[in-house]
Amino acid sequence: MNGPLPPPGRELGHYVSDIPFDPKAEPGGAYLGMGSASQFRLTWLKFRRHRLALISGVFLLVIYGSLLITEFLAPYRLDSRNLDFIYAPPQRVHLFHEGQWVGPFVYGQTMRLDLDQLRRVYSDDPQDIQKLRFFCRGEEYRFWKLLPADLHLFCPAEGGRLNLLGTDRLGRDVLSRILHGARISLTIGLLGTMVSFVLGIVIGGIAGYRGGWFDHAMQRMIEVIQSIPSIPLWMTLAAIIPMSWSPLLVYLGITVILGMLDWTGQARAVRSKLFALREEDYVLAAELMGAKTPRIIGRHLLPGVLSHLIASASLSVPAMILGETALTFLGLGLRPPVTSWGILLTEARGINIVALYPWLLWPMLPIILVILAFNFLGDGLRDAADPYH
Amino acid sequence: MLRYILGRILIMLPTLVVISMLIFAIIELPPGDYFESYVQELKMLGEAANLQEIEELKARYHFDDPAPLRYLQWVGGMLHGDFGYSFEYRMPVNEVVGDRLWLTILISMVTIAFTWMLAFPIGLYSATRQYSWGDYGLTLLGLMGIAVPHFMLAIILMYFANVWFGTSIGHLMDLQYLDQPMSWAKFRSILEHIWIPVLIIGTAGTAGMARRLRANLLDELGKQYVVTARAKGLSPTRVVLKYPLRMALNFFIADIGSILPQIISGAEVTAIILSLETTGPMLIRALQSQDMYLAGSFLMFLAGLTVLGVLVSDIALSLLDPRIRLQGRRG
Repeated sequence: MNGPLPPPGRELGHYVSDIPFDPKAEPGGAYLGMGSASQFRLTWLKFRRHRLALISGVFLLVIYGSLLITEFLAPYRLDSRNLDFIYAPPQRVHLFHEGQWVGPFVYGQTMRLDLDQLRRVYSDDPQDIQKLRFFCRGEEYRFWKLLPADLHLFCPAEGGRLNLLGTDRLGRDVLSRILHGARISLTIGLLGTMVSFVLGIVIGGIAGYRGGWFDHAMQRMIEVIQSIPSIPLWMTLAAIIPMSWSPLLVYLGITVILGMLDWTGQARAVRSKLFALREEDYVLAAELMGAKTPRIIGRHLLPGVLSHLIASASLSVPAMILGETALTFLGLGLRPPVTSWGILLTEARGINIVALYPWLLWPMLPIILVILAFNFLGDGLRDAADPYH
Repeated sequence: MLRYILGRILIMLPTLVVISMLIFAIIELPPGDYFESYVQELKMLGEAANLQEIEELKARYHFDDPAPLRYLQWVGGMLHGDFGYSFEYRMPVNEVVGDRLWLTILISMVTIAFTWMLAFPIGLYSATRQYSWGDYGLTLLGLMGIAVPHFMLAIILMYFANVWFGTSIGHLMDLQYLDQPMSWAKFRSILEHIWIPVLIIGTAGTAGMARRLRANLLDELGKQYVVTARAKGLSPTRVVLKYPLRMALNFFIADIGSILPQIISGAEVTAIILSLETTGPMLIRALQSQDMYLAGSFLMFLAGLTVLGVLVSDIALSLLDPRIRLQGRRG
């Protein structure tokens, strides 16, 4: 059946399946139950074929899952310093020492002050072998700021030191700080998107279902918000947050600001979809049976647009993560001691850092990876949610 | 046609009015005003503030009037070219802004041109060779452009430009030209410096645009008229260049509206790092010190620029695309 066509003039082969025919058999294969599958299931089936998006999705799930156990994963606390090792370069993990299997270990470093250039010079000490320990008792911390604990996934040798990505100007471990910063940066993107999601659904939903003056007012409003360049607007709004607020309140404030400015796209999408859907017969039926507006929008209309909305939401998370780094960089966003990737990059600003301590730029890597993953995931979801694709 | 343009301009006016209200509300929101923080700052330095001067300024700018009245005064002033007074610089806003606004416009324009010149061939290539290695590579490169924060790109480029070319690339021109009137030498100096900010600001825009062009072009390429043209024996290049690309051109122009705010936003952050002589660094300083007229007028400039850009793109689109002219468009 699938072979090449026979040469012109010859008869076409007639394909007969040699599987015995069973009239009572259920329809099988890829189209099993497709006719009655829900929109959600169809989307999922299509999404599964999008390899890159699937990988990105799993990657993000793992990353977000790891936020729950950051303290366990990071070898050090967020703020623990080692003043003897300031601006120490990353240590490489070795497996063999002079051709002999040792298992994962790092060489200890010795520091010497270079008085000509006024900088610290670190060099590996080949005699000082510090074996990594796994599932070990290391630095004490309070899990979720509540439970005292000291179990880590991996920690330095007893009395040793482990800075796989180097240390910063206060001798803090860069890797641990990246892991802790992920908590803030990643949740800010998610919370901000939720704010914009809810605003978009409620406002866009009412505008799309009711139409009329509310719709007109909304349209103009969205036009206005979209025509103000976003960063100046963020700057202005962030400048409103009083300096006296606690870091946690600032965090929430930034989240709300990011969300407040992002809902316009969502609202537009919901509105235009509902415009089409509200003419359907089942909506009329629901109206005749006396359903109230919130029920019609929430129970009957939204499920039809939800998959599309989730796709576009996943595309707006990266914008928020980047927005946070930009705001923080301008000094308008988060402030230490809260640590986000934006804060880490802000500490790495300045051209001398790129020249002398390039390992402080490591926080860029997770930012890039997470944003790429969200983009792939969003693309995949969007394709999958589009019934005409 | 004329009616369409007129109608479009008429719709623009209420938008601008609402924008001005929003901006005024935003700069009014923070508690306190410029003078309060100014006096406090002086107190911390142990100096006595010239209270009389402050009182005079306060009286002249009606600080004690209710907010709606001050809003009307601000907007009224703007209508005949008076953008208020910058308390920090002790100069009218017009004079403070000066060159900066033009340089911002210049950078935005050059960036848009750069974005187009780069996004166009990239989008064309990835669409005609979908799922090839080149397509994947360019898509990935584009995504990287979106994913790297502007300011980090700026810092890293600054470093490498210094190492490789030995140029210091902060600022938009050599320092000796800073307060000079425009001249040939100054112009050349600006040209020498402008490519770095353009590169930094343009990358994200280029990537986004190439992606959208690719998607649009792919939609067009699947249509029947393309098949017909191929069947009639047109060469593949000619088919693509003659029909689907024209459709994509429309979209390029329609995109000005969405790309302009994005470019201006990117320009602000980049400008602060590269210490360019554009509006960005001044705007953020004004916001922080609550120099409200300066900040407000800046924001108004930027928003006005965007609204104008959208207007121009709409008009150009209606001139180019016969379908839009026939159907008419809701603003």
